[in-house]
Amino acid sequence: MSLRNYLDKIRPNFEEGGKLHAFRSVYEGFESFLYVPNTTTGNGCNIRDAFDSKRMMIMVVIALCPALLFGMYNVGYQHFIAAGLATEFWPMFWFGFLAVLPRIIVSYVVGLAIEFTVAQWKHEEIQEGYLVSGFIIPMIVPATCPLWILAIAVAFSVIFAKEIFGGTGMNFLNVALITRAFIFFAYPSVISGDGVWVVDHAICGLGSSAIDGFTQATVLGTASTAAAAPAFDWNMVWGFIPGSVGETSVIAIALGALLLLYTGIASWKTMLSVFVGGGLVAFIFNKVGPDSAMAAMPWYEHFVVGGFCFGAVFMATDPVTSARTETGKFIYGFLIGAMAITIRVMNPGYPEGMMLAILLMNCFAPLIDYCVVQANVNKRAKRVNK
Amino acid sequence: MSEIIRLRKGLDIRLLGKPERKLADVQAPKSCALCPDDFTGVTPKLVVKEQQRVRAGEALFIDKNHPEVKFVSPVSGVVEAVNRGARRKVMSVVVTPDSTQEYVEFGVKSVQSLSGREVLSALLEAGLFGFFRQRPYDVIASPEDSPKGIFVSAFDSKPLAPDFEFVLNGNELDFQTGLSALSRIAPTFLGISSKQTMAALTEAKNVDVYVFKGAHPAGNVGVQINHIKPVNKGEIVWTVDPEVVIFIGRLFNSGKVNMTRVIALGGSRMNEPAYCKAVIGADLATLLNGRIADAASSRIINGNVLTGAKTDMNGWLGAFSNMLTAIPEGSDVNEFMGWIAPRFGTFSVSRTFFSWLTCSKEYDIDARVKGSERHMIMSGEYDRVFPMDIYPEYLIKAIITGNIDKMEAYGIYEVAPEDFALCEFVDSSKLELQRIVREGLDKLRAEMA
Repeated sequence: MSLRNYLDKIRPNFEEGGKLHAFRSVYEGFESFLYVPNTTTGNGCNIRDAFDSKRMMIMVVIALCPALLFGMYNVGYQHFIAAGLATEFWPMFWFGFLAVLPRIIVSYVVGLAIEFTVAQWKHEEIQEGYLVSGFIIPMIVPATCPLWILAIAVAFSVIFAKEIFGGTGMNFLNVALITRAFIFFAYPSVISGDGVWVVDHAICGLGSSAIDGFTQATVLGTASTAAAAPAFDWNMVWGFIPGSVGETSVIAIALGALLLLYTGIASWKTMLSVFVGGGLVAFIFNKVGPDSAMAAMPWYEHFVVGGFCFGAVFMATDPVTSARTETGKFIYGFLIGAMAITIRVMNPGYPEGMMLAILLMNCFAPLIDYCVVQANVNKRAKRVNK
Repeated sequence: MSEIIRLRKGLDIRLLGKPERKLADVQAPKSCALCPDDFTGVTPKLVVKEQQRVRAGEALFIDKNHPEVKFVSPVSGVVEAVNRGARRKVMSVVVTPDSTQEYVEFGVKSVQSLSGREVLSALLEAGLFGFFRQRPYDVIASPEDSPKGIFVSAFDSKPLAPDFEFVLNGNELDFQTGLSALSRIAPTFLGISSKQTMAALTEAKNVDVYVFKGAHPAGNVGVQINHIKPVNKGEIVWTVDPEVVIFIGRLFNSGKVNMTRVIALGGSRMNEPAYCKAVIGADLATLLNGRIADAASSRIINGNVLTGAKTDMNGWLGAFSNMLTAIPEGSDVNEFMGWIAPRFGTFSVSRTFFSWLTCSKEYDIDARVKGSERHMIMSGEYDRVFPMDIYPEYLIKAIITGNIDKMEAYGIYEVAPEDFALCEFVDSSKLELQRIVREGLDKLRAEMA
């Protein structure tokens, strides 16, 4: 309890008139992070469920951990394979860890600094939504993404995709995806092509710099340019393929998906229908599609390459930007899957369609909900006329 | 037996301190008060002065907009005080009861020989019409309206709520007379639970009986209306508490207004949770004397934990309260790192806690909000506990943005704040939904007036 007493003791410094008043939002953020607020209900319901947005967000972060840890290992694995150095598990993991860690730090420092500032400025509490976005962002960019570009992208997306709409819960576009989209359109060379997916220099003495300029395309990158797509390989399921940090391992993502579905934080309706939509459209392309490598790629291979799984599990299910009605979730998910595959196949310029598909459907989610709710409204209106 | 209406959505919160089915002895009240705020939508106009003598059944105040709607003293005695709040608003009219009660004689009447108008004027005269609520707006009804139906829910599914069959025991005759009286005014619908077996309920006469099965809010009259005859724009229905039906029966059978009811005393801080007989407005200091464990750190609730109002030992039994609850306040509890700690003993509908593993355990939930207010983040949370053909999230958003057209379109005419109590409980964004709905209803009512 001494920590509690200490917090109580320093509280006056952060209140109106205190010398550290400028850091009120930081103090409150840390206080509510350490202890569940013990304010009691005023009017209305006298008791409340113990579940709050902090616990929800942290569950998503936990669900992301397997994919991140595997991603770190895979960053090292890809480097050592490229360098032709056979090595053991830990050096590979540490290499990847050191490659990814700065991106996590930059993402959190820049994003949270903006969150704290806005919270202080608007006299609000710090909202924990960025805990998840900040964790996802380093996972959906290549491990070679320059830190300054990442910082600009994070700042852009936190300010223009979230804060100007009113913060977590009011944004209509997924913040992490906007970060990626910003890099994708503003600095395409650092997030596409075949020179960015493998770290080609040594980090803190680990690894080798001998492979400077090494190129290795992702599966989708190959499929969009080559005559035939790489054949299905179990490494695509395990995740030993080049790609953005967190997106490669279907197994690690599935572990996260299990936690999210089990706790009910992510909607199974959205998740399932992304796969149904994607699988169906890919299957149709398999049968009657144009004569291209991407169209001929088997439907199940579409699931295990690129960001399809990661997007379906962690991004499409974002409750704020997805459809909010239960019926709407089926339509929303289905269209994401369908659009993602359509973009992959029909637009060789964007071999990874998942990001654009989710952002597009983010824009249409309110319309889907509108139609679903309107059906209920019409039913009610009909009842009057009866 | 009527057809059973099954409700799949809802939640029964298992709380510690379920009242035992026995009548506890309580002392006669030392004071009795009627609080105008209990009668939503009424502008009170006092008709008594301090130190004036009143008999039980004599008006204390009337509704300024409908002077024929009286609110009568539950006991005979001397008006001890008229407590006023800000801007001289009447907060409570306190009567010190006599040792022997003197009732106004309204005369024994046979309900079957009366017309609807005559029943209504008898209820107005005796002050029982003040207990009729109406949908839309969930306010005290207006006697000029002709309702499409009168709805009575004969069971309360809220946490720790009294078992109406126990309350009804010995009052069956009055209850039936009350139902018959209501049916003279308008078609009357009685909603009962599939667990209720008393003939007075299952074979109630002059009413349409509907059987509901499911978790709370199956007992909410609003949910029942939504499944029996939903309220459309321009329509009015009245709702009456089952205990008030007993009062009405007593009025016609005995000629007196006797507002003594059986209430439940429950909650983890209530010593020996049980039932007791109390008159409306009875002072809590006498009623709860020695019953609250650790009163300083307890919250006393006038009503149930979901919709009841916070009160204290200086309060009075609310006009619509069918129970009193005492739970820990919890303001002295500091849970370390609640966002990640397992919190085994904590109740939640979310599977991020472990309470789903212990399906029969009873929980001691305190009054903490356990989080801070956020914008709406999770979707579908409300839907799971809202068994009406309405999109609660969209209705709430329409109310927050003050969009009258959308409120109407999304079905605000069918709801009352109490229907959102469970949504408020499960809401991870910790919004005060009942307050929001009340404000929306008030705004709409002002707009339509």
